[in-house]
Amino acid sequence: MADIALKSSGRTALREPTAWGRLKTNNNWLSIWFMLPAAAFLILFLAYPLGLGVWLSFTDAKIGRGGEFIGIENYEWLWDDSIFWLSVFNTLLYTTVASAIKFAVGLYLALLLNENLPFKAILRAVVLIPFIVPTVLSAIAFWWIYDSQFSIVSWTLRHLGLISSNVDFLGDVWNARWSVIFANIWRGVPFVAITLLAGLQTVSPSLYEAATIDGASAWQRFRYITYPLLTPIIAVVMTFSVLFTFTDFQLIWVLTRGGPVNATQLMATLSYQRAIIAGQLGEGAAISTAMIPFLLAAILISWFGLQRRKWQQGESND
Amino acid sequence: MTDALAKRVADPRAVLSATADHSEGMSYLQTLPRRLVTLYLPLSIILLVLLFPFYWMALTSIKPDDQLLDMERVNPFWTTAPTLKHFYSLLFQTNYPLWLWNTMFVAIGATILSIIASVLAAYAIVRLRYRGAAWVGGAIFLAYLVPPSILFIPLSTVVFQYGLFDSPFALILTYPTILIPFSTWLLMGYFKTIPFELEECALIDGASRWQILMRIVLPLAIPGLISAFIFCFTLCWNEFIYALTFLSTTAHKTVPVAIVNEFVDGDIYRWGSLMAGALAGSLPLVVLYAFFVEHYVSAMTGAVKE
Repeated sequence: MADIALKSSGRTALREPTAWGRLKTNNNWLSIWFMLPAAAFLILFLAYPLGLGVWLSFTDAKIGRGGEFIGIENYEWLWDDSIFWLSVFNTLLYTTVASAIKFAVGLYLALLLNENLPFKAILRAVVLIPFIVPTVLSAIAFWWIYDSQFSIVSWTLRHLGLISSNVDFLGDVWNARWSVIFANIWRGVPFVAITLLAGLQTVSPSLYEAATIDGASAWQRFRYITYPLLTPIIAVVMTFSVLFTFTDFQLIWVLTRGGPVNATQLMATLSYQRAIIAGQLGEGAAISTAMIPFLLAAILISWFGLQRRKWQQGESND
Repeated sequence: MTDALAKRVADPRAVLSATADHSEGMSYLQTLPRRLVTLYLPLSIILLVLLFPFYWMALTSIKPDDQLLDMERVNPFWTTAPTLKHFYSLLFQTNYPLWLWNTMFVAIGATILSIIASVLAAYAIVRLRYRGAAWVGGAIFLAYLVPPSILFIPLSTVVFQYGLFDSPFALILTYPTILIPFSTWLLMGYFKTIPFELEECALIDGASRWQILMRIVLPLAIPGLISAFIFCFTLCWNEFIYALTFLSTTAHKTVPVAIVNEFVDGDIYRWGSLMAGALAGSLPLVVLYAFFVEHYVSAMTGAVKE
């Protein structure tokens, strides 16, 4: 058998592929060229800056002048900086509260939209609008709604007789925190709701029918059917939501720029103020780098969420 | 679960219109008064909160100045004398048309670059299956999770080194770092749904990989391309921190940055013009969204599908 194969290949009429011809059909060689544009962008403008950021955090670089290596001095400085710790506290508060409420309201809205409703398609399309409009532009609308003198919310509450003087939404420490958290929730709920809705629609209604016949209450149907089946998509959606809330910049910058007295200063806004406005690139980079452990934690949670999904299915999924 | 979800993503129309789902389900068991309280009431409250800022934005942009600042004599929830004065001053007394043009130019440039790079990368990862393809796919997903707010400081020095500071190309070249990971993942999902056999037939007929990509895969992946395109476009339009950091000349700014920085006269905020600017800046996206709702939803659910 092997002999025949050898002989026939020796006598073959087909011409031997040239080195170039072989290279042209070699998948590894072709792939290099296919991957090149994406790889160039991601290496030049993502991987390199990411490494450079960590390096900068160990230098005393300023705008317009490269820095010297100074070890962990920037981090030591931050360790004793009460404003930095305040920003860590604010970021964690902002992320936890906003993400938890976004999840609760988003899930509730998804369940409502999953009902049989008139004008269902239009309703669902309308819900997504806050997510489509650029954050900065909707934040400007909130800025006006939160205005200390001409706020429509204060006006309404005043005319309903609930308060006697205008609410100072962005001027008071805790008011400002709750105001920016509310604006963040407003913007994030549609994303959570629509993605969870897509997950909800994959749950077979026969499960609910069977459970109802067995006498399950609405809460039991949610707890023992909807929630377990939604877990994987909840894990992914919430990872994204937490990640983007944690690193939020634009909303805060438009509404308060971190004020009053740093009450709404997040790590991202603080690093912008230190690095770009004050020109201390090294110190700003150290604040950015300090965000990385938190982000890694979020990514790991997402990874375990995905693993769990595979495990639930008992197979790999493509 | 994921397969069903994948089907759902491949047919995004269903998420919106729910023709394929069975949501009628058991709703006949509920009486109308009960549905009013448990369904219509909370839904209308949430919708009201979600849409009120847009109503307020639109109303403010057509109110005359004196009514804006006088809430006692006239009801602030309505206006009796609508005016286009704010839009007029926006278009003819500021650089607003220029900023719109800048934003459009940057968004389209960055989107096109990213789509080209992502199509090639996604095709190579899914179909050429080179050594380490799975690993590279994972790395690209991780790149999606790197937020701009930890990159802008080192990127500003990089942009400066490359001599791109204060030019639209600083944005056109940096936005793809946000867009490529996202659209590569989206397109990988689409390419996987295209039957392998089609490509094998073409290979036997002597087509090169390039011809297969251009003539077979791309025409079949057009819905995916549209999703990726409009979603990338929206992300570019929405981007703020890079534009804020890398541009300094007023005439080069994009709409979000310009509105925040240029509409404040001393301590007086020109609320009417500010709202008109925000409204005009949102409209292109809302119009695009109205035409491609299904593609948006598919892009969004596609992003979290994997």
